[in-house]
Amino acid sequence: MTETIPQKRGVPLWVQIIIWLFIVGLLALVGVILSKRQQGTVQPGAAIPDFTLPLFSGYEYEGRSEVKLSDFQGKLVVLNFWASWCKPCEQEAAELEAAWKFYEPGGEVIFLGIDYVDTEPEGRAYLKKFGITYSNGPDMGTKISQMFRIRGVPETYFIDQYGVLYYVKVGPFLSVDEIKSIIAQKLP
Amino acid sequence: MNAIAKQLYCPVCESTPLDVCPTEACRQWRELIRTQLSQGMSETEIKQYFVDNYGARVLAEPPRTGLNWLVYILPPVIILAGAFFLFRSFREWTKPKVASAGSGAERTEASSPDKDDYVTRLEEELKKRK
Repeated sequence: MTETIPQKRGVPLWVQIIIWLFIVGLLALVGVILSKRQQGTVQPGAAIPDFTLPLFSGYEYEGRSEVKLSDFQGKLVVLNFWASWCKPCEQEAAELEAAWKFYEPGGEVIFLGIDYVDTEPEGRAYLKKFGITYSNGPDMGTKISQMFRIRGVPETYFIDQYGVLYYVKVGPFLSVDEIKSIIAQKLP
Repeated sequence: MNAIAKQLYCPVCESTPLDVCPTEACRQWRELIRTQLSQGMSETEIKQYFVDNYGARVLAEPPRTGLNWLVYILPPVIILAGAFFLFRSFREWTKPKVASAGSGAERTEASSPDKDDYVTRLEEELKKRK
């Protein structure tokens, strides 16, 4: 007479619970990272957290070597991400400078250039080549570009007088009028 | 120069090491490394410069801090856990699972004292009936 005796030994329940919790936690972490990556840029309507931008020598703002976004409360901020290795950035460089020259006397609009993943000598050469005069600085540690989740350069972010993003331009501007029309949306 | 460039990744072209990346941004970075080497900077100093300027994600090997530790700990832990469970499973598959209750000669480890008692009583009953 023979019989099959069931095997009772196995992984203890608490070990199984820990393993499952670990797997679920890991999958959740991967999910969060993937969804953040696919979110795209910061969307209009978002309040932009404060950040500090160090400025290139010769491109300071009112003598200051670094500025914060909060310094410009009450003013409209045009934030342009660019790089010297970026060919499309060259297409809009003259338009941005012309728009800056138009708004500079009024003092209601601030233009800030953020040099993305660039070397300083090349960045400076670019600024000189296109005669840029508004404040510019490097994106140290790519912290600002990560905050805006930029997908590439050029990208320009328009932040209103209350620190809220209201327009995102991906790619180069085609004319000065295009820039002016976006700024005009928020100027009285 | 290439030895250092091999350990860096430009954020513009995420999956291509700096030493073989053909983009203009990476060419500029390689040029910068060459300049820094000619100025006498060490490999560690150059890598630190790149981390300070472009973030830790430029490193081929993430620094051993915070959540980055998962990259170093998880794979060996998963491999060891997998090997352990495989070993356990193989051992259980190869164990004899069938016990001969009649003779009492072969018993599996899983036999409980209650079972032994039951078998003993059964054998006694059978002997009485013979």
